[in-house]
Amino acid sequence: MELLDTIGRNTIGTLAYIGGLARLTGRSAYYTVVGPFRGKPVRFGRAVHQAMAVGVEALPILSLITFFIGVILALQAAYELRKFGALHLIASGVAVSMTRELGPLMTAIVVIGRSGSAFAAEIGTMKVTEEIDALTTMAVDPTQFLVTPKFLAMMVMMPCLTTWADAMGVFGGALFGITSADFTFATYISTTISALLLRDIVTGLIKSVMFGIVITAVGCHEGFSTGAGAEQVGRSTTSAVVMSIFLVVVVDLLFTALFYFLER
Amino acid sequence: METKIPDANAEDSNEAVISVRDLRVRYGEREILHGVTFEVPRGQTLVILGGSGSGKSTLLRTLVGLERPSAGEIWIKGQNISRITEGELDVIRKKMGLSFQGGALFGSMTVGENVALPLREHTKLEDSTIQIVMRLKLEQVGLAGFENYNPSQLSGGMKKRAAVARALSMDPEILFFDEPSAGLDPIIAAGIDNLILKLQKAFRMSIVVVTHELASAFLIADRMLLIDKGNIVAQGTKEEMQNSKLPRVRQFLDRIAEPEVEGEMDYLQMLTGEAPDRSL
Repeated sequence: MELLDTIGRNTIGTLAYIGGLARLTGRSAYYTVVGPFRGKPVRFGRAVHQAMAVGVEALPILSLITFFIGVILALQAAYELRKFGALHLIASGVAVSMTRELGPLMTAIVVIGRSGSAFAAEIGTMKVTEEIDALTTMAVDPTQFLVTPKFLAMMVMMPCLTTWADAMGVFGGALFGITSADFTFATYISTTISALLLRDIVTGLIKSVMFGIVITAVGCHEGFSTGAGAEQVGRSTTSAVVMSIFLVVVVDLLFTALFYFLER
Repeated sequence: METKIPDANAEDSNEAVISVRDLRVRYGEREILHGVTFEVPRGQTLVILGGSGSGKSTLLRTLVGLERPSAGEIWIKGQNISRITEGELDVIRKKMGLSFQGGALFGSMTVGENVALPLREHTKLEDSTIQIVMRLKLEQVGLAGFENYNPSQLSGGMKKRAAVARALSMDPEILFFDEPSAGLDPIIAAGIDNLILKLQKAFRMSIVVVTHELASAFLIADRMLLIDKGNIVAQGTKEEMQNSKLPRVRQFLDRIAEPEVEGEMDYLQMLTGEAPDRSL
């Protein structure tokens, strides 16, 4: 009986959480699409500012990480492939796994660490210092003011960052290909390009947009549900990161399965 | 529903800008306000007194529409804000200003941008006009020349003044203050009191102040209201309050401490507010 009770309570809690995320996303979508026609213009200035923070400033660390991931992928692939004397398959192996999976995923992880946590901390702090209430009493909708620009920035920057990450991963693979297999830079790149299908890249980019929505929704939702007191901001930030990683993986699984069955 | 609605357009000085009737607010299972009734006459200052946990902050939050009442009516400028949509509430919010306890200035903006924000959001004024209005509001609160400072560079008293300037930016008819002198030294606190008096006298604003600072309360108030455990204990002019014989009012005004807690049962009584069951 107690077990059923716990299961029931957790199920309701989870559904309520997802409902909260959906409501936030829906309201943001409303303010992006319908809002401008109701005299509530989209804050492009704030969105650009967010895009710089989410996207451009993430480039150095993202480049480094995905370059290394490219090298690692090549090394791990070579471990198996050299048994068959098939080292020339490294280029296509790295290209496909980067664009379809690791490019979007690693980008999401980096963005969660940099921006998802920052969203939760920013909104959480504003909640604690009554700034959110101040917005409401000034008849400014906090969702429209704070969340919509973040969604816009994320949905534009995630595919851009992912494309960049894909390229850096390929370059990482190329480093191994050139030094340890019989590739030149030109042959490595041309092999990569001929191995890749457009849909490999597109499915990765679709996933990255979905990840962007998840990261923003979770980060902002956690921020808004911050309780009273500074230590609560830390809690929200932590749970924003953990929850985002979990949900990104879930969404990744759903979309990978979807693409798998669609592409058969 | 149309009974005794204060007429929004009348300029009668006795007319109430805020009229609260049997207001009840609950958080979940717990009822914080148990039926509160009072009025704020136009152009007057009402001070809401009460100790920590008395429900005075909840009352203020409900008056500005941050909390929704579970029952009762709040008439502000002829509209019952407990029954209107968020969009309709926003229209009324533009006629009200709230100065938060800690200022609640946006840390990511300068003081000037903070004050200009409501104007940018709700008016179609030219940027140059907004700049002029913003400087004017800062001057009114004695912060001329501070528009390019960040809120973090201001002292506690200056933050409160900046918050008042922001609350004033839309030329509100009703101004709310949450603990205006909390955490300030006596001199700075007196400055804030003077500012409130000036706003009321010079601009004929209707002002609601929530505080537990007695000296400040008696200086600025036209009318007072003492709230305790979610009920109004007493209300009236400050003279009436001063002369009140009600024990709870005397205890608050004469600063008499609660009886010492002597045992577990007393503590239990203090927590629950009821006589504990001795048979336990």
